[in-house]
Parts: sequence; structure tokens; C-alpha cells
Amino acid sequence: MKKELKVPRIKDGTVIDHITAGNAVKVLHILGIPRSTSSIVSVAMNVKSKFGKKDIVKVENRELDPNEVNKIALIAPKATINFIRDYEVAKKHKVKLPNEIIGIVSCSNPTCVSNAKEPVRSRFKVISKDPPRIKCYYCEREPEDIADRII
Amino acid sequence: MSFFLIRMNFKGKDIISIKDFSRKEINYILDYAKDMIPYATGEKHKNILGEKVLSSLFFEPSTRTRLSFESAMNRLGGKVIGFSDPSGTSQKKGESLADTIRMADSYSDAIVVRHPHEGAARLAAEFAEVPVLNAGDGAGRHPTQCLLDLFTILTEKKKIKKNKIVLLGDLKYGRTVHSLAYALSLYGAELTFVSPASLKMPNEVINECKELGVEPAYTASLEKAIKDADVLYVTRIQRERFPDAEEYNRVVGTYKIDNDLLKNGKKDLIVMHPLPRVTEIHPEVDTTPHAIYFKQAFNGVPVRMALLSLVIGGRI
Repeated sequence: MKKELKVPRIKDGTVIDHITAGNAVKVLHILGIPRSTSSIVSVAMNVKSKFGKKDIVKVENRELDPNEVNKIALIAPKATINFIRDYEVAKKHKVKLPNEIIGIVSCSNPTCVSNAKEPVRSRFKVISKDPPRIKCYYCEREPEDIADRII
Repeated sequence: MSFFLIRMNFKGKDIISIKDFSRKEINYILDYAKDMIPYATGEKHKNILGEKVLSSLFFEPSTRTRLSFESAMNRLGGKVIGFSDPSGTSQKKGESLADTIRMADSYSDAIVVRHPHEGAARLAAEFAEVPVLNAGDGAGRHPTQCLLDLFTILTEKKKIKKNKIVLLGDLKYGRTVHSLAYALSLYGAELTFVSPASLKMPNEVINECKELGVEPAYTASLEKAIKDADVLYVTRIQRERFPDAEEYNRVVGTYKIDNDLLKNGKKDLIVMHPLPRVTEIHPEVDTTPHAIYFKQAFNGVPVRMALLSLVIGGRI
């Protein structure tokens, strides 16, 4: 029996697959969607897969910059980025956390200077990629609840 | 400076966190600080920083750190501008730290900053072209204190490695002990932490020690800890770092160092304290050979002279 797709296939664009279940909205937030694109975006949450539940995001007619998408590894370290061209997967790779995260997560330390009224964006050094662990560039504090601290 | 040490270039370098430095670099600074002692006491004079200006920006109270930085700059022939109370500055009008730093940057050759926010010195370094020296950022880092503590242990004990060092008091909020535990681990010292249960060393710091190959011991019993200790490093329980007065009142006065207690320790045990002390060390200890804390406070001058000379440029 042919597997029924919850979200229809796209002809061209980007599919972000294997997002940790429940984190699709945060992924969109990190990518600045819908602000950063006028393309059609479909989101599927809690989709059954071989490894349990997952979320999927499909962005039509646009190949997202992998460097941008890599930032989502913070909250979806197992996600894959698929570039679709004429209904086929033309390129596929796993997200890879960059060495530095800027302006995405706020520091968990209320007295950190990055939380004061200063003209700087939050900045974290990545100290472990899987599981993702980050350390504030300014106060050196390590937030435990990264997903809850997305700006 | 020992002739066999290769000259390292620190000109323009910021001094923000002890973690920014390798053991080799720390050795170099401490070695240079030793050469500064006769200049720090006024026995010798050399105006190597003549015509240079230091901005001394203290957004939080300080006695030793500010005075020893200013003394260090003056002893080397430099000038100091700045403030020790931000209420007379544009901060009061809501000016950002970044803007204050931009100004100081254009008025001076180096900036010393103490600020209540953690990470403030790192931020200052982003906005300044001239070197920034962190004189304490909130409950965060205090690298020059750490260097003078290492310098004191080194001059008193001739080595840091394998010394049995007890860190006592407020290990949770005390900024000096966090940097110090890291730096002592870098040198392979044997560490014991003694504190009230609510003021234990944060796991993050303990993990850093472990990553450097040191397994710190923990006990609440000071008597037990000082038996075979070489160094007892005492810290004040800081009222200003406590979120509520009740928690402070519960733990203040837990440990007291007096001559009775020190009878349990080794003859050559040295007692250190970053000061100010309140009641944690009885004044009767001051006149014993154990008391090193005033010498330690003096050591702030040669260490800061070495740092200013290295980052601004100009050698004795």
C-alpha cells in the first residue's frame, strides 16, 4: 500500500525533516519564517516515523542557506535539510551546529551584561554539538534550557 | 626578568578572564611581577609609562583593587583618570556602558573597569581599541586578583603544584574562588572546598577542575581540612551577593579563623584572604606568621604594574 503523505510533496524548495517533535514552530522562529520568505510553508507536527515522532517543515520554491539552517541544530540536532528539485531530493545533509550562536538565545543569567540595555546581541560559544551545549560569550554561564531561551 | 624566558608580546591584549591565558603566559606575567617588587615598594623608580593615561572606571565599590591599580600606574610614571562612584557620571542619566567605554577609549591608553554585570569587561573590550583590564564583573571574573593570589602562593611556597590548598567560605557567589579554583587546577594543586551546604562550589567550576585533572575534595569540617593544608584561602560571606537577607543571616559566621583553630594546622600553613574581611579572621591571627593577607594585598601592586606595563607597552 502506498504511504499517504500528511503534507503533499513539493516540486522545488527545501524540506527540513527529522525535527525533534514539537519544535517545528521554534525552528520557524529561528529561521525568521514567515518574515524572511513569501514562499508557501507547510508544517507537520508529531508525524510518526521509524524513530518515533518528528516534525517536518517544507518551504516551497526556495533553497534555504544551509549556514542559516544549521542554527536549528540547537533545538533539533537530528534534523536533515533536503533540497528538492523537480520532486526529487537533489541534495541532503544533516544540520551541523556552527561554532557560535548570535542573537538567537538569551542568556539565562539575569545579571549578564547581554541582558542589560547595551547595544549588543546575545552571543554563545558552542562547547558541545551533540547534545548541544552552549556557553555565554559574556558571562560564561551555560543555559540548561536552550529551547526555552529562544529569543 | 629571567633571561631564558622568551619575551611574550602582550601589547594591546585585554585581561578579561584567567581562562584566556595559558600556564606559560601566566608564568611569564608572574615572573615579570617579581621584577616589579622594588618598583612597587618605591625602592627603585622608572617612568616607563610616563605620558600614558589609565582610565579607572569603578561602577562598584573597591578599595584594594582600585588603589593598587592606581598606585601601579603612578609608580610607573603614568596618570590616572576616572571615577570610583558612578553617581557623578552620565551612567546616572542612563548612558550605556558601551558609550562610557567609547569615551574612555578616546581619553586614555588603557581601561580598568569594575562593573556589577557579569560579562561587562568582555563587552567593554568589544567597544575599546585600547586594552581593557577586568577589575571584577559582578559575581563573574576577577583575573588580576587571581594572578596576585597565584603570585602570593608562588612567592610564599616557591611552587603551586601539589600544594594542599583549602578554599573556604562563600564558594557559590565568591568571584575570586571560581577563577582561583580553575587556575590552581591548571597548576595541579590539591584542592579541598569547605563551605556551608548552601554556599557550595558550583558544579560548573568543579567540572572545570576535573577537566584539568584535579579531583577536588569537599568537606563542611574546617578542622579536618586544615590538618595537612599548606594554604588556607578564606573568603568573606558577601551580603551584597545574597538574593535575600534571611539566607545571609543563616550562614554568616559559620567559620571563624582564630589561633585556637590554627593550632590544628601545619606550622608553615599560610592564611590568605582577598579582603575585606569582616569577622571570618580574628585580628589575633594578624601577628602570627600564618597571616599573609596584607602581604597578599600588597602583591596586587607589582602584579598590576606588570600587567599595565605589558599591555600598554614599556619594559623595566
